[in-house]
Amino acid sequence: MSSKLKNAKRIEGLDSNVWVEFTKLAADPSVVNLGQGLPDISPPTYVKEELSKIALVDNLNQYTRGFGSDLGPCPCAADGKTTELNPRPCPFSLESSCLSSVTTAVLTVSGHPSLVKALSCLYEKFYQNQIDPNKEILVTVGAYGSLFNAIQGLIDEGDEVIIIVPFYDCYEPMMRMAGATPVFIPLRSKAVCGKKWSSSDWTLDPQELESKFNSKTKAIILNTPHNPLGKVYTKEELQLIAHLCIKYDTLCISDEVYEWLVYTGNKHLKIATFPGMWERTVTIGSAGKTFSVTGWKLGWSIGPHHLIKHLQTVQQNTIYTCATPLQEALAQALWIDIKRMDDPECYFNSLPKELEVKRDRIVHLLESVGLKPIVPDGGYFIIADVSSIDADLSDMMNNEPYDYKFVKWMTKNKKLAAIPVSAFCNSETKSQFEKFVRFCFIKKDSTLDAAEEIIKTWNRQRSQSGQNV
Amino acid sequence: MLWNAAAICVPLVGLLRGRKAGAPLTQGLHQALTMARLLQARRLEGTEHNPWVEYVNLANEYKDAVNLGQGFPNFPPPDFALEAFQQAVSGDHMLNQYTSAFGHPPLTKVLASFFGKLLGQELDPLTNVLVTVGAYGALFTAFQALVDEGDEVIIIEPFFDCYEPMTHMAGGHPVFVSLRPSPSQDHQDLDSCSNWQLDATELASKFTPRTKALVLNTPNNPLGKVFCKAELELVASLCQQHDVLCISDEVYQWLIYDTHQHVSIASLPGMWERTLTIGSAGKTFSVTGWKVGWVLGPDNIMKHLRTVHQNSVYHCPTQAQVAVAQCFEREQLLFGQPSSYFVQLPQAMQRCRNHMIHSLQSVGFKPVASQGGYFLTVDISNFKSKMPDLPGAAHEPYDRCFVKWMIKNKGLVAIPVSFFYSGPHQKDFDHYIRFCFVKEEATLRAMDEKLQKWKAKLKL
Repeated sequence: MSSKLKNAKRIEGLDSNVWVEFTKLAADPSVVNLGQGLPDISPPTYVKEELSKIALVDNLNQYTRGFGSDLGPCPCAADGKTTELNPRPCPFSLESSCLSSVTTAVLTVSGHPSLVKALSCLYEKFYQNQIDPNKEILVTVGAYGSLFNAIQGLIDEGDEVIIIVPFYDCYEPMMRMAGATPVFIPLRSKAVCGKKWSSSDWTLDPQELESKFNSKTKAIILNTPHNPLGKVYTKEELQLIAHLCIKYDTLCISDEVYEWLVYTGNKHLKIATFPGMWERTVTIGSAGKTFSVTGWKLGWSIGPHHLIKHLQTVQQNTIYTCATPLQEALAQALWIDIKRMDDPECYFNSLPKELEVKRDRIVHLLESVGLKPIVPDGGYFIIADVSSIDADLSDMMNNEPYDYKFVKWMTKNKKLAAIPVSAFCNSETKSQFEKFVRFCFIKKDSTLDAAEEIIKTWNRQRSQSGQNV
Repeated sequence: MLWNAAAICVPLVGLLRGRKAGAPLTQGLHQALTMARLLQARRLEGTEHNPWVEYVNLANEYKDAVNLGQGFPNFPPPDFALEAFQQAVSGDHMLNQYTSAFGHPPLTKVLASFFGKLLGQELDPLTNVLVTVGAYGALFTAFQALVDEGDEVIIIEPFFDCYEPMTHMAGGHPVFVSLRPSPSQDHQDLDSCSNWQLDATELASKFTPRTKALVLNTPNNPLGKVFCKAELELVASLCQQHDVLCISDEVYQWLIYDTHQHVSIASLPGMWERTLTIGSAGKTFSVTGWKVGWVLGPDNIMKHLRTVHQNSVYHCPTQAQVAVAQCFEREQLLFGQPSSYFVQLPQAMQRCRNHMIHSLQSVGFKPVASQGGYFLTVDISNFKSKMPDLPGAAHEPYDRCFVKWMIKNKGLVAIPVSFFYSGPHQKDFDHYIRFCFVKEEATLRAMDEKLQKWKAKLKL
């Protein structure tokens, strides 16, 4: 085979992927899969219904008019009373009747008109200022696509980018693909005496964090609530990061996909709302995580136009637009919940309540078998220290981190799948996290029941054998 | 001093206007001071400009204009496609979750078997097929995977406009070679794009040791040229001789008219191992809004596209893939039969094309009969000689001025063909505009009305 048909340098070394290996392992139907972050609960009925309704509309099967324009009045009444929902699906054609006259030519793609409008209406409540749906929002292929667009649009070869460890695994390869140098800083746990180990016990050392910033630092990636730990960054922690971003004139890419999944006693805060931060922050959200529809692959970036326009340029040179019917259905689903933000029925309120129960259940389960879980303040994952289990890992590959071996052993022998936390670490920090394993708890009760059965059996085997395994 | 103060005040005033009452002034001040650091990545250089927007906005402003510009059908998708999608979204709730990253298994399976037959290859759904976000996403993935800084990419003009910025974003250098109309042998009323050809010597001269890839688009957008076997053999022999990758954009492969035949270059000897064949559900099933595309190729090249894919979008939406799989399963059973959509659609579109050719000719346009695809390229030289001075920016190619004038005054939207040419060549091809004929009957009748009004005003 000729040598010319080889890969571009930008992807050198980026071909491996932890998920490919572990999803294959968990694909065995007899395995209870608490690995990949995939809900097996049904999305809310009204969300499914909106998509079914939209699927009956012929003209939503063509390209959306992804360019900006005047989108007309917001369907939300200013006085808080409910009004009629935006009644017409936004047709694809340029002669759309739901658009009022074009005011200015907007030069880039932003997203399906009714969706960017809904997103701006939702997030204005949090940002305390109007968000221009055409210039300050971009709809992407999942939050994953937003991360890609932000990195490709804003990060250059030679730039340094600070990544907090553990990190959602795509941050590092995406940075490397952009030619940037990732600079890692681990979260560190304080000693926990007596009380339950919580994700809030894991913090960044302020001096250590500042030492990572220099004139080459282009950005820091923040993920709150955090995957895999479930940490919800506090006001003070965000203030520190903000202070450093301003001091070193750095961007912040804030991955907030789990923003609605925050448990009692915690509040999600948006770093972009802190003084001096709007102008330097791209905030990323996800339909998949918001409405339990990961397969819709819709996400969004919100930020000032001088940043978003570069993400829009990337979009216009990569996929151009996202799927129309899904965007329209998402818009309609958002309108339903936007109108009842304080209502317990609003999915943004009901889902975290539902998940907190599951969280508490899984904490109990993991403790009962001798694992040491770290109780997450947010998100739908929980990590546990597995070092107290004396698993016989002798027939696993030697050169793999402990948690990789443990997960493979647990999948094979206990029929319970999880993800090794060192998959969320760079090579230097893997050893700090190799005793931790991540479990996903956005699972229906029957899945958690099956996990409970496995745990009970595991426990019986431990007490029968007298060994801690 | 005053200028500086004003420079700060203007954005501040704008910000304050947009602010809700009670928002702190300090917040506004912070927003007015943007980051000092250079923001955008260098890879975006040369890719920001989007010439489409001006025309999209114009078309929207002139609501009575008949939109024959952008390439999408305005008739419904076929019933079986709508039903497939309806089933996908109201069936198993787990279809609302992630599917396999490189393609939903039922879809990659049917693509492998369907196209395997057409290409004469045994295709493995896992290694020879990748599902992408539209063919657009497939193109991007291919460029990022294989084009390096300094690589040359041969692009045949006129070209679908994204090839050039995608080459730039990958750090590559586009090298253009034009299809040129040869003078017709005898005086013909209707020009055909088979007359538009590559000069073999010129094409060969474009290959250098730095040439990494050649982008082929057949049927071609905007011309509608269907490259014949001999032409593809020429391209193939040069690609093999110079060890060059062929990126073959075949989104319109089913839209073939008259007696022409679509040939996939990957099916020619020696080409499978160096070709990426790109297809589109949007163009295949008239569902452009589903944004499902695919790439077919040998594993040793496809693995690099998988790497890009897993680091860019990772998964494509599940339900649209489910629906496309079902559509292909149906077509597989009906292949070659009269009820096949791949037979019915081109038959119907050929009628649209012929209707449009006839109507445009009556006003003095000279259509170049397309052999395939969605579009008709039309020679406007008559108008250029009669109305040489239309409003427009200095040095703006004539076809752009003409289209804007036509939208505003004649109520018809088309796209200037100079969009599809590289900068230096736009002036040579500024007397062509592109119409999309993949439209419902009512749209073509509306077009006829506009043309009749136009004709009445012409002093013939």
